[in-house]
Amino acid sequence: MAERELLRFLTAGSVDDGKSTLIGRLLHDSNALYQDQLASVRQASPGSSIDFSLFTDGLRAEREQGITIDVAYRYFSTPKRKFILADTPGHEQYTRNMATGASNADLAVLLTDARKGLLPQTHRHAAIAWLLGIRQFAVAINKMDLVGFDEAIFQNIAADFRRFAEKLGPVELIFIPTCSVDGDNIARRSERTPWYRGATLLEHLESVPVRAPRREQVRLAVQTVLRTGREPRRYAGQISSGVLRPGDAVIALPSLRGSRVASIRVGDQEIDSAVPPLSVTVSLEDDLDLGRGDMLADPASPPRSGRRIRATLLWMSDRPLAPGRPYLIKHTTRQVCASVTRLDCALDPATLERRPASTLALNEFGECEIECHQPLYFDPYAENRLTGSFIVIDPIGNGTLAAGMILSEAENAAAAPQPASGLTVWLTGLSSAGKSTIGQAVYEKLWARGYKVEWLDGDAVRRNLSKDLGFSKEDRDENVRRIGFVAEMLTRNGVIALVSLISPYRQVREEVRRRIGNFLEVYVHAPLEVCEQRDVKGLYRRARAGEIPAMTGVNDPYEPPLDPDLECRTDRETAAESAAKVIAAIERRLARAAPDQS
Amino acid sequence: MPTEISHLQTLEAESIHIIRETAAEFSRPAMLYSIGKDSSVLLHLARKAFAPARIPFPLIHIDTTYKFREMIEFRDRVACELGLKLIVHTNREAIEDGANPFRLGTAKCCAQLKTKALLDALREQRVDAAIGGARREEERSRAKERIYSFRDAYGQWDPRNQRPELWNLFNGRIDHGETMRVFPLSNWTEVDIWRYIERERIEVVPLYFAREREVLVRGAMLIPVEHNPPVAPGESVQRVVCRMRTLGCTYCTGAIRSTADTVAKIIEELERAERSERENRLIDHDQDGSMELKKREGYF
Repeated sequence: MAERELLRFLTAGSVDDGKSTLIGRLLHDSNALYQDQLASVRQASPGSSIDFSLFTDGLRAEREQGITIDVAYRYFSTPKRKFILADTPGHEQYTRNMATGASNADLAVLLTDARKGLLPQTHRHAAIAWLLGIRQFAVAINKMDLVGFDEAIFQNIAADFRRFAEKLGPVELIFIPTCSVDGDNIARRSERTPWYRGATLLEHLESVPVRAPRREQVRLAVQTVLRTGREPRRYAGQISSGVLRPGDAVIALPSLRGSRVASIRVGDQEIDSAVPPLSVTVSLEDDLDLGRGDMLADPASPPRSGRRIRATLLWMSDRPLAPGRPYLIKHTTRQVCASVTRLDCALDPATLERRPASTLALNEFGECEIECHQPLYFDPYAENRLTGSFIVIDPIGNGTLAAGMILSEAENAAAAPQPASGLTVWLTGLSSAGKSTIGQAVYEKLWARGYKVEWLDGDAVRRNLSKDLGFSKEDRDENVRRIGFVAEMLTRNGVIALVSLISPYRQVREEVRRRIGNFLEVYVHAPLEVCEQRDVKGLYRRARAGEIPAMTGVNDPYEPPLDPDLECRTDRETAAESAAKVIAAIERRLARAAPDQS
Repeated sequence: MPTEISHLQTLEAESIHIIRETAAEFSRPAMLYSIGKDSSVLLHLARKAFAPARIPFPLIHIDTTYKFREMIEFRDRVACELGLKLIVHTNREAIEDGANPFRLGTAKCCAQLKTKALLDALREQRVDAAIGGARREEERSRAKERIYSFRDAYGQWDPRNQRPELWNLFNGRIDHGETMRVFPLSNWTEVDIWRYIERERIEVVPLYFAREREVLVRGAMLIPVEHNPPVAPGESVQRVVCRMRTLGCTYCTGAIRSTADTVAKIIEELERAERSERENRLIDHDQDGSMELKKREGYF
């Protein structure tokens, strides 16, 4: 058979799961390795047996460290199919590399170690693959030899995975008991798993339906315009979805002008139907002025267009996401200026649960709102991987900062009501009184309820804003003033600013309170003996040993608020109870402020 | 209708997309043309990408002066027939200093006549994107090469600092003096190349086809004698029915014993091949991980 179908798949799992060995085995057993490659690996393998993992570890740095850093692509074929395998690293610090491999794959082979069962990293691999649009998973439960090919163990892990996968969404699953060192159920049916009647891994890869490109919704992003002077202009591009035929009506974006397809060619050859992923040229019956970055689409179901989108981002750079900073976005064949206007949340890479975040660091997923300077013509990523994806580029350093998957148009900003005026909530009290614990709990609750909220914690501020300050009275007052300044700005902009800070001196607290106006003072109160007993950071012990010269409560005064808006006795109530009290007080205060705004 | 799309159509579509992106996003792209089968396929794809217009960039050939005569004839005829702009660059200085593979050894000779010549040519022509025919399948270190491979102002490759490449979106932004190497054939295998040559009836240098040739027999290697390699005791020049599996400089390109004298027979031979294609190339074996070292220095 001369021409075969192509299946692109990825493998994820750690070195410990035997991933390299499994791939080496797959290549070896499908005769994709040459004799001289075999010989050179045999030479490098310690002992007499072949170390199959050596076939796949490419870069010197990786061979030296015994790890797989980057995506490696492998090619092999059987009489039934051609395969492109993206071998992706399993470790969390290489999440971006795994996402890269997943972006073009139709199926993911996930590896687990039968002895260990499902580990958080297996969840993470599945979740990343799922986010990148993979809906077919083959789970190889490997090292079955080390658990005596026990069916119960296999079934338990499979059941665990099924439960987890339900949380992701609809996926197709197959579980295969394997032993990659010996090749069981990889390309050869194992005699040691008589209870398993399913396909071997290779059989499955050969027979699983390749996801057919969606036939509806014609999309062709124009890459370049070809002119010869002798014949009409031809628009060159790759069909990303739909079927396009001569005579079909098309609409051009952004002009919204309509025309009909006059001819379609691949090279010099006229074709009577163009399907994904063909790279074609198209001429139209009318003279539309189209250029690179424009799009031809089906007029009955055109793509969405807009400057504001909601998207899932995977951050891929050492420099974290900075909302508001100018970035470039490459989407189809368009490049536009854009910025992240709002980060809604970060996604836990193992459970896809949402949590509040103010930035995204390397390898972190999040959902955000993006504003572009020119409109994009797009479909949600779930419907179209090519018109729903984009990359974020650093306009100065030129690197690729993030990968994006479009969720939808951004909602109208007016739809999410926010109080016009914010509030500063100031938690004061001794070290170890419970300020940060309450602060965090209040922050998460408020965030989950949809409030715009920021949390300024004393320790974080000391590491950033007030790095230069010490603990003299002057420096402490200065620290309070700085935080007060930031809180004031946030409050002015409708944000709830949570401050958790010892702030021992009454006078400067009063000064800040007067400046901000909309201010809720919370006295987080526990007797010194209790705080000293908790001694979360070990500061009291060090102070008593004479190592800390000005420790509040020990050898420096704490001046309690005379008339706090709220007092939390953390020696008598739980942190959750305290947090609930604070939230109730905040909501009362905001409700009282609300009528004034109307 | 619609018909199923074969893997060759998929590979072709992907490569054309990449070539068009490069032409659209860079100001002075060029194609590195090495005259081999991969270059022939690359050239064919570039013609298809821009038809009916002309290929909008020049071809650059780095001539070490140790290429086969048949290659040079083929190059000049193809360039003339297709009306291509062809730039030939040679490191004359090194040749006049007596650089040759027999005296310097293959590693040093490559550094002078290929790597340095290439970097000089790209600088001279102010090329910002050099399109080449390398394939990931060829060699272990290439398995992790990007399609858009960024090189700093010294032409060096940093395998730890590659840009992530997702979907069909390529980041071609570079600063002045930096260059991009672009590999549209990244996902093709040797058999894919030959099947495509068969399907599209692409002409290749006759050296790929078996016939009786004079070669120096050195152990298992067959070294073409066109540039008079030194003959060591125990070695002899013989007439052997053989063909080239890859093409480079005569001394560094080993021939293989083969009777495959048509494209169909070559495909048949490859389908049951037991040896990888670069095995007969001296340059890949001069140090462990040698291709990776060469690439870090700027070798294509």
